[in-house]
Amino acid sequence: MTTDAGAPSYQDGNALAGPLSELFTVDLTTALTRCTGCGAAGPLAGLRVYAHAPGLVGRCPGCGQVVLRLVRGPRAAWLDLRGTVALRIPLGS
Amino acid sequence: MTVISPGFRGRPRTSGHRLPPGQYETRDFPVLSAGPTPRVAREDWEFTVTTETGDRYRWTWGDLLSLPAERFTVDLHCVTRWSKFGTSWEGVSLDVLLGTVQSASDYALVSAYGGYTTNLPLADLLNGQAWIAHRYEGADLPAEHGGPARLLVPHLYLWKSAKWVRGIELTARSEPGFWESVGYHDYGDPWREQRYQGD
Ligand SMILES: [Zn+2]
Repeated sequence: MTTDAGAPSYQDGNALAGPLSELFTVDLTTALTRCTGCGAAGPLAGLRVYAHAPGLVGRCPGCGQVVLRLVRGPRAAWLDLRGTVALRIPLGS
Repeated sequence: MTVISPGFRGRPRTSGHRLPPGQYETRDFPVLSAGPTPRVAREDWEFTVTTETGDRYRWTWGDLLSLPAERFTVDLHCVTRWSKFGTSWEGVSLDVLLGTVQSASDYALVSAYGGYTTNLPLADLLNGQAWIAHRYEGADLPAEHGGPARLLVPHLYLWKSAKWVRGIELTARSEPGFWESVGYHDYGDPWREQRYQGD
């Protein structure tokens, strides 16, 4: 798991799709988030996800603030969304 | 993704080192990070200790290097299940840094450049158990491993050993840090396999 020099140490927010699909029935990567730090809006798929860590950390691509954290333990998951004002989740009519 | 070197001629795998439950040995040094790597110039670096009364103690990079340093070799245990044996470091014991600090607090909240935090009892930073480490394997500590300087508390899981350490706040109550507030254990003893809350 050594990091290649120069390679980005993060992935895009689509890396959240699998872990979040275990918790939610809709695809949250298309949900719109608004960063509590800088106010920028965009889909969760646009976050920078740091996965070489004890959990998944999704950061705002604009200001770097932590928008989402997800930890999967053997018996529970923890999800922190305090870095987003709200999520707009597209639903079928 | 661990690199295996078939021709490796180092010490035998189990030479006196013990593996905590649920861990495996790795020989490379995985880089874990919850964000971009901060690049902190030594001339801008500072380390502070803030007490419950608001008193603030501050050390510059020059101050840190002027303090007596220790060389020590320790095993590292990461909660993501790898352990690395026999890592050699140089740094200043927290006994030296906290020796001049007046405080009645029992807990410490460690903060780092880049915004990371982690918490532990103050007692675990004392009595030869913790260092501000600035050299690794005889060279300056690389930024990806926490340079210019990182906390090292090797008897706890490695997430407690904050990379790019910037300061310690002494508090009367335990305040959860970055991983402790999303499910990770408040204390994190690898020998008792305290990975998650409730372990
Ligand atoms: Zn932002």
